[in-house]
Amino acid sequence: MSEHIVSRKIYFNVFGALMVLTVLTVVAANFDFGRMNDVIAMAIAVTKATLVVLFFMHVRYSSRLTWVVVVSGFFWLAIMFLFTLSDYVTRKESIILSR
Amino acid sequence: MATEVHPSAHHDAHSHEMLAHHFDNMEQQREASALGMWVFLVTEIMFFGGLFLAYTLYRGKYPEAFEIASNHLDWRLGGFNTVVLIVSSLTMALAVWSAQVGKTARTQLLFLGLTALLGATFLGVKAYEYHEKYVDRLIPIRGFFRWGSELPANVSEDKVQMFYFIYFSMTGLHALHMVIGLGLIAYIMYWAWRGRFTPEYHGPVEIFGLYWHFVDIVWIFLFPLLYLLGAHYGGAHH
Repeated sequence: MSEHIVSRKIYFNVFGALMVLTVLTVVAANFDFGRMNDVIAMAIAVTKATLVVLFFMHVRYSSRLTWVVVVSGFFWLAIMFLFTLSDYVTRKESIILSR
Repeated sequence: MATEVHPSAHHDAHSHEMLAHHFDNMEQQREASALGMWVFLVTEIMFFGGLFLAYTLYRGKYPEAFEIASNHLDWRLGGFNTVVLIVSSLTMALAVWSAQVGKTARTQLLFLGLTALLGATFLGVKAYEYHEKYVDRLIPIRGFFRWGSELPANVSEDKVQMFYFIYFSMTGLHALHMVIGLGLIAYIMYWAWRGRFTPEYHGPVEIFGLYWHFVDIVWIFLFPLLYLLGAHYGGAHH
């Protein structure tokens, strides 16, 4: 298995997408979408992070083993958030989501 | 140990001078080092993840205080730094590319140097911001922190201080990673200058690139979470 070399064209395209998404996140923050502001901001950030991981960090072209390690990292992060938040939001006197 | 490598042996993957004895060939060695770096980055995801979780919980608890405090940050400086880091990720990717395709040490150094310069620019802006916060007495130290303007009845000063505590923890840890990154890139640049990196051997450039891009990803999340909260309130920063 030989190394896959990502072309410069792909790097410049990813770079362009990251810049457009950065502008988009600033513009979106200036509108009041209520709770959706956070959802939009995080959707854009996750998209940007995914582009960086797949192309700049070459994961798109890496071995299965690398994929497993990368995905497991974010999977454990999700466990930490889900289990912690499921505790906080279901307490009788919720200290979160109460104003 | 032989210090001279016969020119014809240079392209033989089984006898490259940089091949460690426990690897079959250069490709296996390169893949193993990238995989090892990813294992480290997984621990970094959890390291920063704890702070992102703390942010989520306190943000949920004190939503107004976080919006008010966030509005005091200058989103233009945060946005400028976001652009700086994205450009530095591009130059870093091109530095790895130039080693992969066998460009000269000069070209590799150009891209690595640009990356380092952009990293230093980021830290310069960050230092300016920290100084501004110091002048405004917003460093969250007991007896020092003081919110100068009026707050709504349900928002106390210590809730606003909590935002700044999290702001300094997260951006501080991120900045520390940038400082370490600049130290590492100096080391990579030294070996690039010595002509060490070739299409056969460029693992160090590649795994440093992974580190650099990871630090960029952390900032991609920090920017909207810290700077853009409540920007729709008019973005009134003083």
